[in-house]
Amino acid sequence: MAADQDLKIELGKQGVFVTTIEELYNWGRRSSVWPMQFGLACCAIEMIATTMARYDIARFGAEVFRPSPRQADLMIISGTVTKKMAPQVVRLYNQMAEPKYVIAMGACAISGGPFKQGYNVLKGIDRYIPVDVHIPGCPPRPEALLQAFITLQEKIDKQQLTGEGRPRHLDSEAQCEFPVPEQGEHDLEPPSNPGVWPVPVVIK
Amino acid sequence: MAANPYFSLAVLFVAALGFGLAPLGLARLWGMVFSPPRPNAVKNAIYECGLESKGDAWVQFRSAYYLYAIIFLIFDVEAVFLLPFAVAFTGLGAAACFAMLVFVLLLIEGLAWAWAKGVLTWQ
Repeated sequence: MAADQDLKIELGKQGVFVTTIEELYNWGRRSSVWPMQFGLACCAIEMIATTMARYDIARFGAEVFRPSPRQADLMIISGTVTKKMAPQVVRLYNQMAEPKYVIAMGACAISGGPFKQGYNVLKGIDRYIPVDVHIPGCPPRPEALLQAFITLQEKIDKQQLTGEGRPRHLDSEAQCEFPVPEQGEHDLEPPSNPGVWPVPVVIK
Repeated sequence: MAANPYFSLAVLFVAALGFGLAPLGLARLWGMVFSPPRPNAVKNAIYECGLESKGDAWVQFRSAYYLYAIIFLIFDVEAVFLLPFAVAFTGLGAAACFAMLVFVLLLIEGLAWAWAKGVLTWQ
């Protein structure tokens, strides 16, 4: 049950702090997101800059970059995903503990970018894994990554523990495994995960 | 019972135990309700670099490696002894030279034994 916002502010003025478990949980989750230490291409340089003193992602509680997927909450797809790398990215995403989030950083990660016509570049990582926040840019500036991160925090804040909008790991019906693509003769097999990315219909 | 001098200690002990165990219990309860395990084969894979692990880590090394290592070690140590011997050679007495000769001969005997046993031939 969502507490009435005006009532909460009124009670706060009287020195009474009211919250729900859901709010407390989301506050904890959004304030200590641990990204995975995982750089793919040139965007990774901007990601590294974001963690350094000038941009300081530590202000938002996300400075602990983990070298293991088991300890990470957030995967920042920082750069071009080649078709050779895509299975590894999907496998790492699978190995992260639920609940997990993905930021697709830069034109390449969201669509293939300048290499879209290339034979060896995946045209957007959202073909295989669900992406929470997309950031355009080539590469996006650290401020853009911070903006994406704040957007993700807002998204986590709205996350529900029960009901229709609950995350998939709390829904026993939902599929938590994302099939890892394999190298086929001409392309990755399968070329996309229909459960995540419905193939657009081309009308000529 | 309250008159017992250790009563307050017992109360403190129970409180301390509760202080330690309650957060663990709450965390466990939270985990059971709000983060149920959702394992699958890919998630449970051992290797965490995104690649699939190939083969078995329980491989056997050939014992020939061991023999080579031992022989290498013997002559390695011999070199350590021979170097100061060569440096101080002009100032040494007959007894010291004889002792060194015995040492080197022992090692040569070991080499001859290994040679005769066919250790030096790589199969």
